Amino acid sequence: MSVSSLVSEHASGEVVLTLNGARHAAPSGSTVADLLASLELDARTVVIERNGTILRDRDSLAKIELSPGDTIEIVHFVGGG
Amino acid sequence: MAHADVISPATLSDPQPFAIAGHEFRSRLMVGTGKYASNEQMIDAIEASGAEVVTVAVRRVDLDRSKDEAILHHLDPDRYFLLANTAGCYNASEAIRYARLARAAGFNEWVKLEVIGDQQTLLPDTEGLLEATKTLVGEGFKVLAYTNDDLITALKLEDAGAVAVMPLASPIGSGLGMLNPYAIRTIKQRLSVPVIVDAGVGTASDACIVMEQGVDGILMNTGIAAAQDPVRMAVAMRAAVESGRNAYLAGRMPRREVAVPSSPTTGMLGS
Repeated sequence: MSVSSLVSEHASGEVVLTLNGARHAAPSGSTVADLLASLELDARTVVIERNGTILRDRDSLAKIELSPGDTIEIVHFVGGG
Repeated sequence: MAHADVISPATLSDPQPFAIAGHEFRSRLMVGTGKYASNEQMIDAIEASGAEVVTVAVRRVDLDRSKDEAILHHLDPDRYFLLANTAGCYNASEAIRYARLARAAGFNEWVKLEVIGDQQTLLPDTEGLLEATKTLVGEGFKVLAYTNDDLITALKLEDAGAVAVMPLASPIGSGLGMLNPYAIRTIKQRLSVPVIVDAGVGTASDACIVMEQGVDGILMNTGIAAAQDPVRMAVAMRAAVESGRNAYLAGRMPRREVAVPSSPTTGMLGS
């Protein structure tokens, strides 16, 4: 991502992420907890990986601010054998 | 024998309770949660199976909400022991990543480790499996390793610290039953950790024959979920696993290729 696109994102008040493999725009200054709230997800039922690192401490999610270009994976348990 | 003294299955205790890594489980039948027509049917079938250990997979949340896939909306984690798998992983690092994500869900540090080597047969990549087992054991995971029916791989997995080894009866989802009873028996005889046959059981008689080999348990999914009536098949599988276990403990009669009469040969009329 180029510097100019980061600046324009910032100016437009958005951070652009890759969320579960797709482009996702979140308001600037959002935290991971804000992202979950906007998706109507309960942190207790999902696991979040940010840029390859699992966010184990659910209490910390409100303190982790999203950065432009972040790769976020949100996973949960589904049926399987 | 007085009526009250009649032996019921409940009074015949198993001399060796089913335990993995020191954790005792009430059922030798473990079941998967995939491929059911509905979540209600899945819950009913699991309930009917009597299973305590149920497997789940780790997948991305569907952010479009087109499907309600979250298993924990339906399955009470206080009632069942959730065993996450790494199904769909084709190399060690992918499987390790999925195992770590599963552990972060916060239920336990157990994983049913699958490293698949081939899309058509879903046979395991034993090299990757062994590598992932070593790494995850080093990170404190309790690894139950899905493998083929090869003794040498099973021994290596045990050496690497797997708490259970899970040889297949036949390929995943095939319903072909146990293809190599000799190999399964040999693995059971040679390993100290529990041997749980995973995959390939198609109907109740398959499950019974697997348990008659003396293995510690069975994990199945499609055999129940793909039956015409999964809840009834779950009942059948439960009984088959118990029957097979009891038959193994009882010790079958020797096979003979000539008949031996069951009734007295003396005292016949006219003799």
